[in-house]
Amino acid sequence: MRHHFSVAIGPVGFRVGSDWRGPVAALEQLYASYPKPQDGIADFTVRLFADRPWRRVFRPKVMIGGDFVLPEAAPLSLEHGLLAAEMAMNLQMALGQRRYLLLHASAVERDGKALVMTGLSGAGKSTLAALLMTRGWRLMGDEFALLDPATGLIHAFPRLISLKNEAIQVMQEAAPDGMFGPLLADTPKGAIRHLVPDARSIAAMLEPARPALILFPTFGHAAVTREVAASEVFVRLTQASTNYVALAERGFAALTRLVTETSARAIDYPDTQSAIAQVEALWRAL
Amino acid sequence: MATLYRAASPDSLIVVPVDLLTAIYHRASSQTHLMASPAPEILQALAGVPLDAAALLAKLRADYDLVDADPGALIARLDELVETGLVERR
Repeated sequence: MRHHFSVAIGPVGFRVGSDWRGPVAALEQLYASYPKPQDGIADFTVRLFADRPWRRVFRPKVMIGGDFVLPEAAPLSLEHGLLAAEMAMNLQMALGQRRYLLLHASAVERDGKALVMTGLSGAGKSTLAALLMTRGWRLMGDEFALLDPATGLIHAFPRLISLKNEAIQVMQEAAPDGMFGPLLADTPKGAIRHLVPDARSIAAMLEPARPALILFPTFGHAAVTREVAASEVFVRLTQASTNYVALAERGFAALTRLVTETSARAIDYPDTQSAIAQVEALWRAL
Repeated sequence: MATLYRAASPDSLIVVPVDLLTAIYHRASSQTHLMASPAPEILQALAGVPLDAAALLAKLRADYDLVDADPGALIARLDELVETGLVERR
């Protein structure tokens, strides 16, 4: 492919090849402070390509590919090339990751302990993680938490934080000095803008943390906190993992250990300020 | 002759009590099961020892102080366990 980019995000190395300069230029700029894959060897390869030769230039459409593909993935317009690259990298992780149990969750760390937040799309797990990052927590990731079956530790995967719709404004106000990517309007997920994790989160991205609290946030209700039974956490996390079945016995052992050793709470919150207060109160009470 | 029931061998199962429910991983099928009492107890009672329903009920009654043991309910639970592949009929 004409244009290439490589990056290490946490313990995972990526190589991105693209028919166009644009998406690679955006990645180079936003991932400028990240290291390269160890020994130059990437775990996953991502390809951004034109589905027909003329689509490189005429109404360019980006198809995403790589080691693992979803056959029905729809092409994106070239203006959304950065989103295509991020989606393709996520897809490689979701379909190909075998070393860690992949939890579709955000994670932040404080005092060497990890807070893992999971929930349906729109529950606010990305926004909460990004907000906590501006309040002294280390961002471990806004999309995937990597659970190591060998140790029970959570490993970080601090890719660019993907802010959607209202969360863009919230984070522009909370992190005025943050490095933001271009505003991608009218994507299939609405407006998207990427935020680069802060320097501390990137510098510490190879440091794992012991999980201390699993949180299930739900936006749009009066503030309530309730305990969640370990068996319910187990079921929810099997559903929130993209590779639980593939990891077989290792996945089972890792997940039963996580849910029996880690506290879990569900919070309903009416606004992000309440959510932050609820999280900090739960954390103090651990 | 009465139907005999036998559970999957203990070394083909990983059994982890989670809270009131027990998580069971079945190596032969790679399937995860989350079970409430008395399913884990039935699996334990039938581990390596084929029993008919009456003998199983007597064993459960003795091991767990069951006072209201119901043969019909036990057959229903056994049928469910056969469905999962964790118990076989012989």
